[in-house]
Order: sequence, then structure tokens, then C-alpha cells
Amino acid sequence: MSHIVLRHRDLPEISNLEVYQKNDGFAAFKQAVSRMKAVEVIDLVKASGLRGRGGAGFPTGVKWSFMDNNNWPHYVVANADESEPGTFKDREIMERNPFQFLEGVAIASYAVGANAAYIYMRGEFWQQAAFLDEKIAEMEKASLLGENLFGTDYALRIYTHLGAGAYICGEETALLESLEGKRGQPRLRPPFPPSYGLYGKPTVVNNVETLTNLPLIITRGADWYKTLGTIDSAGVKVFSLSGRVKNPGNYELPFGRTFRQLIYEQGGGIIDERPIRAIMAAGASSTLIVADDKALDTPMDYASVRTLGADLGSASVIVIDDTVSIDWVIDKTIHFFKHESCGKCTPCREGTYWMQHIVERIRSGSGVQADVDLLYSVAKQMQNKCLCALGEFSTMAVVSGIESFDKDFKKAVGKK
Amino acid sequence: MTKPVTLTIDGQSVTVPFGTLIVDAAKKIGIDIPVFCYHPKMEPAGMCRQCLVEIGRPLIDRATGQPVMEDGQPKVQFGPKLETSCTTPVSEGMVVLTRSDKARAAQKEILEFLLTSHPLDCPVCDKGGECPLQNLTLTYGPSESRFLYDEKHHAEKNVPLGDKIFLDRERCIQCGRCVRFQEQVAGDPVLAFYQRGRSTDIITNSEPPFDSIFSGNTTDICPVGALTTRDFRFGARPWEMKAAASICSLCPVGCNLTFNTRREAGAGGKVVIKRAMPRQNEQVNEIWICDRGRFDWHSMESDDRLSRPLVRKDAKLASASWDKAIDLAGDRLAEAKGKTVVLASGRLSNEDLFNLKQLADGLQAEAILYTSMGGGEWTTTHGVSAGTNFADLGPGTTIIVAAADLYQAAPIWYLRVKQASERGAALVTVGASRLEKYAGRMVLPAKGETAKAVAGLAKDRLITEAENLVILYGSNGLDPKESAALASACAGLLSGRQGKPNNGLIGVWPRANEQAAWELGFRPVENLQTVFDKAAVVYIAGADPIGDGTLRPKSKKPFLIVQELFLTGTAQQADVVLPVQACTERDGSYTSGERRVQRFYPAVPVHGQSKADYAVTALIAAKLGIQVEGRSAGLALERAAAVVPAFAGLSYGRLAEVVEQWPIVGRGDMYYGGTTYENSQGLGVHLGSAENKKA
Amino acid sequence: MSLAEKHAAEVKKILAKYPPEQKQSAVMPLLHLVQRKNGHVDRHAMQEIAALVGITETDVAELVGFYTLYHDAPAGKLRLQVCVDLPCALRGADQFLAQLCESLGIEPGGTTADGLITVEPVMCLAACDRAPMFQVQGPDGIAYHENMTVDKTMELIEAKRKEAKK
Ligand SMILES: Cc1cc2nc3c(=O)[nH]c(=O)nc-3n(C[C@H](O)[C@H](O)[C@H](O)COP(=O)(O)O)c2cc1C
Ligand code: SF4
Ligand code: FES
Repeated sequence: MSHIVLRHRDLPEISNLEVYQKNDGFAAFKQAVSRMKAVEVIDLVKASGLRGRGGAGFPTGVKWSFMDNNNWPHYVVANADESEPGTFKDREIMERNPFQFLEGVAIASYAVGANAAYIYMRGEFWQQAAFLDEKIAEMEKASLLGENLFGTDYALRIYTHLGAGAYICGEETALLESLEGKRGQPRLRPPFPPSYGLYGKPTVVNNVETLTNLPLIITRGADWYKTLGTIDSAGVKVFSLSGRVKNPGNYELPFGRTFRQLIYEQGGGIIDERPIRAIMAAGASSTLIVADDKALDTPMDYASVRTLGADLGSASVIVIDDTVSIDWVIDKTIHFFKHESCGKCTPCREGTYWMQHIVERIRSGSGVQADVDLLYSVAKQMQNKCLCALGEFSTMAVVSGIESFDKDFKKAVGKK
Repeated sequence: MTKPVTLTIDGQSVTVPFGTLIVDAAKKIGIDIPVFCYHPKMEPAGMCRQCLVEIGRPLIDRATGQPVMEDGQPKVQFGPKLETSCTTPVSEGMVVLTRSDKARAAQKEILEFLLTSHPLDCPVCDKGGECPLQNLTLTYGPSESRFLYDEKHHAEKNVPLGDKIFLDRERCIQCGRCVRFQEQVAGDPVLAFYQRGRSTDIITNSEPPFDSIFSGNTTDICPVGALTTRDFRFGARPWEMKAAASICSLCPVGCNLTFNTRREAGAGGKVVIKRAMPRQNEQVNEIWICDRGRFDWHSMESDDRLSRPLVRKDAKLASASWDKAIDLAGDRLAEAKGKTVVLASGRLSNEDLFNLKQLADGLQAEAILYTSMGGGEWTTTHGVSAGTNFADLGPGTTIIVAAADLYQAAPIWYLRVKQASERGAALVTVGASRLEKYAGRMVLPAKGETAKAVAGLAKDRLITEAENLVILYGSNGLDPKESAALASACAGLLSGRQGKPNNGLIGVWPRANEQAAWELGFRPVENLQTVFDKAAVVYIAGADPIGDGTLRPKSKKPFLIVQELFLTGTAQQADVVLPVQACTERDGSYTSGERRVQRFYPAVPVHGQSKADYAVTALIAAKLGIQVEGRSAGLALERAAAVVPAFAGLSYGRLAEVVEQWPIVGRGDMYYGGTTYENSQGLGVHLGSAENKKA
Repeated sequence: MSLAEKHAAEVKKILAKYPPEQKQSAVMPLLHLVQRKNGHVDRHAMQEIAALVGITETDVAELVGFYTLYHDAPAGKLRLQVCVDLPCALRGADQFLAQLCESLGIEPGGTTADGLITVEPVMCLAACDRAPMFQVQGPDGIAYHENMTVDKTMELIEAKRKEAKK
């Protein structure tokens, strides 16, 4: 099957404007602007069943329809912060298939009536930002951006904007704060960005991968898109596969393929053929799934993964084998979240700090079983109290790790 | 107007305006939900998560849009998560549980989180005893720590943020109140958070550092002992101090204060003032005061205060008894009769000024106001009227600030004008003002043209179409004649608006009680030196014209009676010096620039043999057979109320009346933990305008 | 010379990206500019940026504190930032960092004696499939180096040393 989002894998030269245009490039944008009303674009995207690829899986067209049309101007912001450990798909898209992504930004902008769109990229994507700036300049030169697009009065500018090292800026309201030149701390919600976003104006925030789906959805239609994937999860998803697999990398698959297919068929199985122990389906934010047969044969779509007590999230699959113990894994995740906690709310700021101390004690060999219980209790205590999902994320691996891999912890504190 | 909302909190039904936050609705019916980051004077931040409660909402049938009923009651559905009551507005039929097992558990758990990083150094902390974190921990918190003490986060202590404020980084709970105060209330965002996560610290990088005139307020609203004032820190424990209600005497705003006092061995066993705190008066200073009001009372406690009467003997001033001093003063006044001049300033209280005026009238002497600003005739006729409240000024109001630097001269008015403009009032500034940021229109008149520039606004739509018009005028860069002309021009703009609430003129006077001096009939004169030279006796109270160079040192004439706190330049030349009490030592009342009469109470014992100004005048009057009330300040004010039309109806009883104010502060409550004082001593009375009186 | 004069074209380009009444948005790119040119952001630069976009210096400082790519103190000319987050660590990143530091004779977070290289452990850089990896933050911005070995890294450092001598 040919790729939809990772189309560069079939067409390596697609980052060349001419090549992109020869392959139907910007046909969708042109079609939308010159032949469709904005609301028709929104309805088409709604009908396609496209859900956000940034993690939450919110229906994209529905989100667009929430835009407050009594308050202007509108903005579109592409979320290219990609900082979840284990996620590296947006980067490949922007590096290799930039025009399809930019066309997606343009289509979303037209659909919600935005004349300016910002691409918020994590600060480390320095070279990617320079690259996109070139591509944007090429589009401007080719009159694919600017005033009077396709002879209509629609105008659009796209700008890149670099963050500077903060995972929390992937959270959409923190991202907007950061884009406004402030500390990237999440805002209170409601109001949500479609009513109060960038500069207080209605704003759509979409993930890079979400947006990159749009051009083909417009040209080929909602029905076509729905033939891919499952009923609940339409279309294709780029799975970032990492950890103890032979062939880590991005794999574009329709929703509904199993973990086994991803890990063993695409990923080539576990390094040194060792036994797989756990799967994290959504990067460091994941629940640790015990990698038994039932889990391995679970289809990867939003609903099915939920039956495992986990979330598909951004589909960043980290594979864990028996070379590491789970207390080490959560040591890593806690360190990440402690480092990235923005500090705005109490449970996350203090909870991650506290958990880090406890896990360090356990890892250093000076822990006792009561420390494991305390760690579990602190994580539980954080849940449902934080201002944004980061705090919540930090507890997922801790709670599931202690629940499902109790032995590892017993062993870690057993030395005492 | 949207309909009021009725909801149930912990089983009690309550009806509140649309948009009210749950935490406030609860407070109104006496339910304290614990909070840290929330502060009713600032936008909710929802970041400390202390105020989590269970919230149920009526289930609505999607098809019919009607509530689903169950056993004759609307069915209430509770969300899976607790919600922050400080960010959630009430809605009709809502059911809130603030003390359910789930809510209590969460409140306790958040407190435990906060305490993990807190140094728990309450025994040496200035806030101990009035600390929300301490109070809430006792009420809601865990009883022991599951956190290992040696894993605690450590941070710098005693970090000066500026000249006045110190920060203890370890005690900070990152509630952001100080940061938000500077940004939202003071409009001077010089505090911020540095780093992130557990490393988050308060910093300031501005040059000069934290030097806002409102900086002291951050120490009141800080819910822990992280921010303290250089002036008070390590000064006293809260429970050792007594509280006395007062009114700030440093500018015409009339901020309501509380003086905290303590008896100290270090002060020779005397009762001394340890600090000044704001006392709530929502119509005057809300719950804020400026740093001058907070710190500049020290001079009143100075050792240089006059403690005994002095009379001139052999060209030198020597101590004398009160009897002797009063006899001498009385005799000379009796001789001089109409060739007497009485000179007073706005330092004096209403009672002092009234008594002086009575005396002057009895002697047919001229009653002169010692001031650098004119125009009070106009503030008495066109002054803001009863019912005026800065808090009500918003859309539809135009405010003019002319020749006044409010930030400097009346800082709390600066805040109030800023707030009004942020609410939507139109602001016009005439001359430099430091309010440029908020001004919709700036007029920069040439020298000598200020009054003309104001008069020139007469046809402006901002004036003609304004529903309300409030003008604050000062004397920045103007001589008394020019400020009088300015006041007259302002009154011109206000004609037809007299007696209407939220309309009128406010004098930004150089002294706290100058408005009263005008109301009571004191008037400045153009050539004070000539008047002085011609007089046989000059009786000066609360003014230092020789010390500040307005008058030449006197030669022989006139005989000089001076009523003062200190041996000023003028007092040094006096023939009789009568020591008076500071306002912290006595009763009295002031009339603010907004024409609000407010009462102050004694906070510390009388210094030496000094007497209250009004009583001194009464003693002299008695010598002369003139009837002046000297038994108490309250009786003196009642006399004034009977004689002076503007003061009609005033009494100490009325001045002491209070009504419930919002927000509710100062109770063992959770917003301020006791460091902003509840006002139980009186909100004062607004003088009616001349027009009001007629009607 | 002021920032605005020295890098006039770049500053102008940055400011043009945002609505004129939203100049504060330009703080982040301006900080990047300073970080790249100076290797860190000092108070003087913060003051200049504050003045350029019309906010207080404190408002600029809080960003320097919040974001990890801005540094308030100087370090090596090149900051070699090794990802040791979970996915990379599952592929040997911790060992790579330890060995690299040993080869350079420094501790993680330390700077080589010649002041050229600072080695820092960092969180996930979106290159999890190509561990061990690091990014180099320096005067030219940020560049990724993926699928690295200690030997390859030492070669790279040698090349940089030669370049720096020139
Ligand atoms: C802590 C946190 C980090 C996030 N990081 C990212 C991210 O790096 N990229 C992203 O697209 N969405 C991220 N999200 C999700 C965004 O908030 C938001 O839901 C998303 O950008 C919406 O786009 P979508 O609807 O296209 O998925 C993150 C959310 C949280 C709570
Ligand atoms: S959970 Fe709280 S502290 Fe953590 S990132 Fe979100 S808002 Fe910040
Ligand atoms: S979150 Fe409600 S008081 Fe802090």
C-alpha cells in the first residue's frame, strides 16, 4: 500500500515543489479555496472521521466547528512541539514531506477563516524550521501563499516559531502562552482555544500529522479515508516505534493493526530475540502494558487500546524487554516529568519532586517496601488534581508499573 | 442583567449574582473553602489546587432541554473529578460538596504536597500566628509527614527584593499572588517566576529592583512568611500585638489603617507601634495601602517630639507649665484682639480646625489656611457627592486627572483611577501624570495654560457625553493662584452635575485634611508675609512657614504661638510653644479629598505632656471666655455638625457605622489569615454637597 | 553597539512575523538570536530585548529561566547535549554519555579545559530511533548527530577543535 502521510517514502523527491505539484500537490488547497465554502471543508473533514494525532484524538472537524465566529481574527497553530519521549513522527514529516504538511496548514486555515498560521516547533528543531522557512518562501513565490490566492480574496501567511526546550509547550494552551512570548504554562480551561486562543482570539491548534492528512482527504474524499482504519479510528496513523526493537522508526499503518504486527513484522522483533515484557503505547506518558499475548494481539486503535487500561495517545510505542527492570523504567519517566513539570500547580510540582526522591532511594538500594507503597500512594494522590495532563501523565507508568510489575520492585528493595 | 443563580453548598441554599465563583458563594454563607492562590481581588489562577470540591450539576435531557427528574427532584450528576472552586462559576441548581470525604481527602492531600517543600520553620517565622498555611494545615492538613526531611527542597533565605521587601524562597508556595498583584493590581510587573517545576523561584530583574510604592501589600497577601518587610520582620509575633484603627494622615486619600502596637522593654517599657496594616474600606482603599502609609509613621514616635510647653524667657525657650503657657498665650491674644491671625494646615483634624476657627471667629481674627494649593472653594461646592464610589466608575465615566501625579501624591487614587480605566472609564490626563499608559487622551498644556486647557475640554464628547464625570486636580507645577484657576475651570466642566453621585471634583491636596479646612472656612492668603508682619499675635497650628522658608525669620513682632509635634523652625522662633499629640495618640477625624469624614482612634499612649490640638485651643479659648468644646473630640465634632452646614448630621456614632463588605477579610479566614484587617470601627460618612443640602 | 543595530536585518525579520501590537511574541526568537551569538543571555541582553518589545526585564528573565535552551551563564562554546531519556537509554545512551565524558575527562555538565565543549544530559530530542544521539548547540544554532559512537563523537570534537584554532 502506498503511504498517505509518509508519502516521501514512495516519492523521495516530494520535498521539491515541482515534484510535489506534479503529484497533485496543492490541488486540495486550490480546490478548497476556489470551489468550496469554508463550512463545506469543515463538514468534509468531520465526515472523514479524522481525529487529532497529537494525543487526545479529538475529532478534527468538530474542533474546527467550535471556532467563535463573532470574534476575529482567527488563527491556526500547528503543534510541532513533538517532545513526548518516544515520538519522532512530526519531525520526519516536516523534514521529508514538508509541502503536504504546509498544504494541510493552509487548508485548515481556509476552513476556519484564518489569514495567519503559526507553526510552533520545539526549539531543537532549528534546522527543520530553517528548512520550512525555505519551503514557505517557495510557496510565496509560487503564489500559493500571500494575497488573493487562486484569484479569490483569500489571503494567508504561514510563520514558523521556535520554542526553546519545554515539553509542556506541547500542551496547547501552554503552547499559546509560549507563542505570546510568555512562560509556557497551561491556561485555565475553559475557555478553550477555539473561543480564546492566540492573543485571546479564536484559534485552532492541530498536530502536524493531523494536518498532513488533510490534502488527501480533500482530494480523495471522506469516504475514501474512512475505508482505512477502523470505525472508531478512521485512516492511518504514524507509529513511532522505539526501545528494544531491531528496527526502530516510524511506521504508517491503518488503525487496527496489532501491536504484534508493529513490533514483530515492521520492527523486526526484539533485539537478540529476547522476551518482550512491556509496551508503552503513548511514550513516557503511557500506562505500562504487560506484553502478553492478549496485549500483543490487541488492535491499535483508540477504543481497543483502552480495553487494556491504556491510551494510544500519540502512538509512540516504546518496547521494553527483560534487559531492564521496571523500577529503572519509571525512574526514567519520573525524571523526565520532574524535569518538565512547569511548576504551576501544586500536585505536579511537588508530586514529581517527591516521587523522584523516592524512586532514587529505591534504585539506590536503600529503599524498603514502604517506599514502594509510598511511591504508589503519591502517584495516586496526584491523580485527578493537576491543572493539566502532564501531572497526570507522570503517574501512569508509576501506578501501572507497581501494579503489574510488583516483582521488580520487591527485588529492588529486597536487597535490604 | 443576568438572573441571579441559586445553588446548594453543603446542604445550604444560596442565591448569588451570575458569574460568582463557588468559593465566593460559599464564603458568603460562612463556608470557608481553603485557598492559597485564589485572591478575590485578582483573576483566579486555579494553580494551587487547594480549593478542590465535588460539584454536581442537574442532568439535562438532551431531547427536551429540561432537567431530568428523579423522585420529584432534578437529578444531579457529579463529575468524576474534583474541580477547583476558585475558578468555577456557579450555575443554576448546582450542588457543591466542600466537606465530603472525597473533597476533604483532596484538600488534605494538596496540603501534604505543599508541606513537602516547606521548611516548617513556623517558630521563627514572622507569619506564624497569622499564616494561612499554618492555619489551614491545622484545620485540613495531615498530622505527620511522610516525606523524609533531608530530602526537602532547600532554597535561599533572606533575599532582598528591593529596599523594602525580603523574600524567603524556601517558604514560598508558588501561589503567584505577589506576581499577579504586581501585574494586575499595581500594573508594574517586576516580579516573576524563574526556572520551573520544583525549582521555581520568585525573582525580580528590574532596575531598580522591587521598588513599587505598593510593594508592602504583597507581604499582606502572601499566604506564608515568604515575603516580609524590612521594617517589621523579626519585629514582633502577631499574638503579642494589639490593634488600633486609624486613618493615614499622609495624603488626602484617607486610607483606613490598623496600627499594631506592643509594649517593649527596648523602648523603656513604652507601648510602641510595630507596624501599620491596611484596614478594609472598599470605597476608599479596598484592602491596600501604599508604602508611605505603611512605613512612614516612624517620625511620630521620634524622641525629638516636644513633650512639654515652652515659653520664651530671656530670649530663650524654656519649659513651662501648661497653666503658665496658656495664661501667657491667652493674655496676649486678649490684648491683640482683631490684630490676631490664625494660621493652620491640613495636618490638623476636623475637630482641631473647627475649634481653631471658633476661636478665630470669637477673636474676629483671620483664619488662614497654610497651603501651596488653591481652589478649595470649588471642591466644597463641586466636590464629589455622597454616594460616589471609585469602584462604580467604569464604562460611561470620564475621569480627568489634571496637574497631579497621583502615584506620588495620592498613590491609592492612582490605583483606583487605573482600575476604573481598565474597567472601561475614559481617562484624560492634563499635564504629566504617570497614568499615560491608561489614558485615552493626554493633554500637555504649555506653562501657565493648564486651566485654559481644561476649560477647552468643555465641548469635548468625552465630557459632554459622559454619564459620570470625576475630576482630580492638583497643583503640580502650579502656584496657588493657578491651581485655584484650574479648580474653577474644572468646576465649569462639572456644572449641572453637582449633587450627582459619581460626579464631582477631588482636590489632590498636599496635606491629608485640607479639604476640611476649606469646608470650615479657612482660606489661603496671597501675601502671607505682609499679613504676618502686620499682626500683633500669630497663632500657628500644624504649619512651619518659617522653617520651610515661606516666611522670613521674625524680628520682634508678632507675638508667636505655635502648636506643634516638633521644635520646627517656626517653633524655635515662637514665644509660646504648645506640644500636641500625634494622631496615633488621640481621637479625631479627617475629611478626605473625596469628602469622606473618617475617624481615627488612639493607638499608643500620649507622648509627654502633650495635648490634642483641639483641646489646646479650647484651653486658650476658655481663657478668653470663648465657648469652645474641649472635653472630647467626639463632642467637638458634634458641635461642628451643629454649626457647619457641610458637617450636618455627623457624629462619632455615625462615623463608626459599618456594613458588611466584600470580600470578607480578617476573620480567622483563609484569604488573608488575618493580615488585612476587617473594618469594625467605621467606614466613615461622605459629606453631602451644597446641592444635596439644598435638596 | 546595540542588538537592534548589530543584527538589524534579523531583528527586523523577527519582528515582522507577529502582529505589530503583539511584539512580545518576538521575545523567544530574539533570545535565540542572543543565545546563538553570545553563547548565553546576560542581563544586558535581557534589558535590550525588553526595550525592543516593550516588556520589563523581569518578564524577559523569566523566559530565560523557564526554557532549557536559553542559558543564563556561559559554558563551552559548543554544548553537546546527549539525550538520555527512556527510549534512548533503552539503546545505550547512559553508557554512551558515561564513556564520552570519560574520554573527555569531564563530568556530565562539565566543560573541557579548552572551553570548547560542555557535555550535558538532556531529555528526549525526537530522535529515539537513532540513539545514541546528541545535539550540538552553538554559534550556528542547533544540529543533530544521530546513531553515534564515542569514537565518531571524538572525531567530531577533534574536527571542531581544529576549526576553532583557525
Ligand atoms: C503535556 C502535554 C504535551 C503535549 N505535547 C504535544 C505535542 O508535542 N504535540 C502535539 O501535537 N500535541 C501535544 N499535546 C496535545 C495538545 O495539547 C493538543 O491536544 C493537540 O495539539 C491538538 O491537536 P490534534 O487535535 O491535532 O491532536 C500535548 C498535551 C499535553 C497535555
Ligand atoms: S500538571 Fe500542573 S505543574 Fe504539571 S505541567 Fe500541568 S500545570 Fe504545570
Ligand atoms: S486552585 Fe483554587 S485556590 Fe488555588
